[in-house]
Amino acid sequence: MNNSIGNEMYTLHINGQDRPVKDAWVGESLLYVLRERLELPGAKGACEQGECGSCTVIMDGDAVCSCLVMAATAVGADIVTVEGLIENDPSMAVTAQTITSQITDVQQAFIEEGGVQCGFCTPGLIVAVHHLLEKNPEPTELQVKESISGNICRCTGYGRIFAAVEAVVQVRKASR
Amino acid sequence: MSTVKQDTRHRDILGTSALRPDGVAKVTGAFSFSSDMWAENMLWGATLRSPHPYARIISIDTTAALLISGVSAVITAQDVPGKATYGLISADQPVFASDFVRYMGEPIAAVAADHPETCRRALAAIIVNYEVLTPVVDPELAMLATTEQIHPDGNLIRHQHILHGEAHITSDITVEGNYTIGMQDQAFLGLEAAMAFPDSGGNGVELHIATQWLHEDRGQIAACLNLPEDSVRVVLGGVGGAFGAREDISLQVHCCLLALRTGRPIKMQYSREESFFGHVHRHPAKIWMKHHATKEGKIVKVESRMVFDGGAYTSTSPAVLINGITHTQGPYQCDNAVVDGYAVRTNNPPCGAMRGFGVVQACFAHESQMDKLAHACGLSPVEVRLINAMHTGDKLITGQVMESVAPVERCIRETDLIPLPAPLALDANVLEFPGGSGRTADRHNIVRGIGWGVSMKNLMYSEGFDDYATARCTLSNGIASLKFATSEVGQGFVTLAPQIARSVLGVDDVVLETSDTQIGSAGSTSASRQTWMSGGAVDGACRLVRERLFEHVGRLHNIDPIRLMIEHTDVIDTIGTFRISVTQATQGITLSETFEHHHRKTEDLDENGQGNCHVAFAFVAHRAVVDVDIELGLVKVVQVATAQDVGRVLNPLSALGQLEGGIAQGLGLAVMEEIILDNGRVKNPSFTDYLLPTALDAPHVVAIMIEEPEPQAPLGAKGIGEPPCISVTPAIVAAIRAATGKALSRVPVRPQDICL
Repeated sequence: MNNSIGNEMYTLHINGQDRPVKDAWVGESLLYVLRERLELPGAKGACEQGECGSCTVIMDGDAVCSCLVMAATAVGADIVTVEGLIENDPSMAVTAQTITSQITDVQQAFIEEGGVQCGFCTPGLIVAVHHLLEKNPEPTELQVKESISGNICRCTGYGRIFAAVEAVVQVRKASR
Repeated sequence: MSTVKQDTRHRDILGTSALRPDGVAKVTGAFSFSSDMWAENMLWGATLRSPHPYARIISIDTTAALLISGVSAVITAQDVPGKATYGLISADQPVFASDFVRYMGEPIAAVAADHPETCRRALAAIIVNYEVLTPVVDPELAMLATTEQIHPDGNLIRHQHILHGEAHITSDITVEGNYTIGMQDQAFLGLEAAMAFPDSGGNGVELHIATQWLHEDRGQIAACLNLPEDSVRVVLGGVGGAFGAREDISLQVHCCLLALRTGRPIKMQYSREESFFGHVHRHPAKIWMKHHATKEGKIVKVESRMVFDGGAYTSTSPAVLINGITHTQGPYQCDNAVVDGYAVRTNNPPCGAMRGFGVVQACFAHESQMDKLAHACGLSPVEVRLINAMHTGDKLITGQVMESVAPVERCIRETDLIPLPAPLALDANVLEFPGGSGRTADRHNIVRGIGWGVSMKNLMYSEGFDDYATARCTLSNGIASLKFATSEVGQGFVTLAPQIARSVLGVDDVVLETSDTQIGSAGSTSASRQTWMSGGAVDGACRLVRERLFEHVGRLHNIDPIRLMIEHTDVIDTIGTFRISVTQATQGITLSETFEHHHRKTEDLDENGQGNCHVAFAFVAHRAVVDVDIELGLVKVVQVATAQDVGRVLNPLSALGQLEGGIAQGLGLAVMEEIILDNGRVKNPSFTDYLLPTALDAPHVVAIMIEEPEPQAPLGAKGIGEPPCISVTPAIVAAIRAATGKALSRVPVRPQDICL
């Protein structure tokens, strides 16, 4: 894009790769840079205030709202987006089939338990749930509710989302 | 386009919890929402909006904005080549305001530039001189002839009277009340977004848009652009929820105008703040209602006066009003009624469709009344509702006979049998207290209450409107391909349509073609209508293709086609032993049929509000259990039990998702969600200040689906989208009344309504 207002150059470390950002405006949020400059539209914008969690990414091990992070301040941070949760095998072409075989247990549970309707909150929730289960593999029901209470879902009423998290916890517990 | 591959051991036919075909794309972030689009050479579009609820525009100067580097276009009302106004029912809303602005946030100009920040600077550089006027914000005053008329069409959008039975009859007991319903926002997560591609030569445009009704959008856009409808192609962009807010035009015309002006693709997306100004909301309403009943609690007459604040432009106000007043009686028998309803224009934000569409407002009033009636007669909330429960064959207050299956009694009885939750433990985790993560409630101040709500909701459009749906099915080499313009907004029609095709045709692989205007209309994804209407269209198209398949197989194998049927994935001879797989039978041939599903005709209401104006109805009961901190006025909804009349369950998992999701929205209206206005100004256009239910606010939902197939419905299934959000609101408020003893006549119930 021809951009008359920005000339910042920096590099972000996203999903294990260095991603140069060119000709950027310094006021851009991490969410904007991910979506509009780096072809990573998985994180969604829905409130611009850190209230809805749709833009959740992992930054240096913390779940953060990428709409509240200035992209240029994220230089040097290790960033994981929803796109980075899938184990990409570079030798395999990305098709519907290969992606289906590579999605995580959390992603699979969201589909199977009905945790997805319109899907706009889903990527943020998927990232938040991965983050929760990494920190706390066997959360109580209330801990699940509290930890995802920063992710607003307008469609499901959360019931099927709780069911998805519970299903993952049980399967992981059984396989340990 | 997505292909749905099937495991051969399990077939995702009707009645199974088939999974969403877009599920993998949605959980991986690969699904393309309309805001995810990007194009080479694209520009960003943005909208200048009025800061005033009511003002005369003296001048607009765009000179400085055009001089900013990176700005390609600035357009105002004078750049609209066609019709200057649009609207769903009455074209009374300007594409851009030019003489008056009639609500805060009304569009005045739009810009196209190379970056959202450039757009912001360009909007700031447009100079508009206003003569600020005193807004008309009270609908009671606005409807008076002596009040300033703020629009050439006048302030009274619609008045409708209902007189049924004897106007002056009364009985042993009367109960009455005044009720207020606040302005709720649909608050879908996926903000308004679109991308417009101009045709080379500028004689047409293709718009990718998150909308509820592609064809209606196209008609309104084409008129404003002064283009033939064929030159405007509207393609469904990925939709992040709708709930009524995408039925009206928002950025559609602006985006197309900018694309045609610049000759480049234009991307527009609203911020959350802009979204609060960019779409219609649920009508705030004031309702007076009076019931006359025998001392045994049997309703004799209902009287009501309802005033709906339509805001500055008509949108769907006339239809919302009719829904409200024709549901005055609720799901109860009532032989006599006198009702007057008014939809009024004010300088408040425009109101229109939101899940429940007028019935939410009426239901809060009639259910509050039912509890008053129960109290006056010494009955329980359940008893008074059972005594009055409506049945199939009853006459409504419009004179229309209830022809739908009406299992009202069963909804109430089955809800009543759902076990109540355990009492709040003395040592319960504070997160379970009212106030949630705020952790401010004191266990000793928490009181539990139980309340009821029951509702009736019309399905499909009313008053003579033929909201048909179209679908095409193409069968070739064992793969069925479906084409329809039905908007998938999250509800799951993309799951249901392949289930129908598999059930009818015995195929496993179903391809969904792009939803766009290259086929006939599907009508709107609203009014709980797409399972019935587009489901009926897909079913009809698949059945026609199946007839053609049987003719083809019959001809080849010398069997009368009438003897053929589908069993599993085969065509079989019901008399002989012949069997051939559908895949084999369709090798090298293509069978394609298009079907339009129309519901039965309805009528306008006469001057006394009499007429067969609705198509069909669905029913639901809700029982809410709440914990209230009576000192701080905080509420925690602990459990919602519900039994809903669904006709037939076509996908149990999807259906449960609709019930739970609707209940959360009804909870929002009961205790959290309200757009706060101050003399026409919106005070809380953000998710920081407009509160939505979070995971900690979600109640435990126990749901029963009552399956009594509806003979009128093509698949036996009623629409299930709206009923869940309607009577849960009064049920929650009744539970708070039970806990607090407060009268609580408005929603949302605020802390100060409880503790002050």
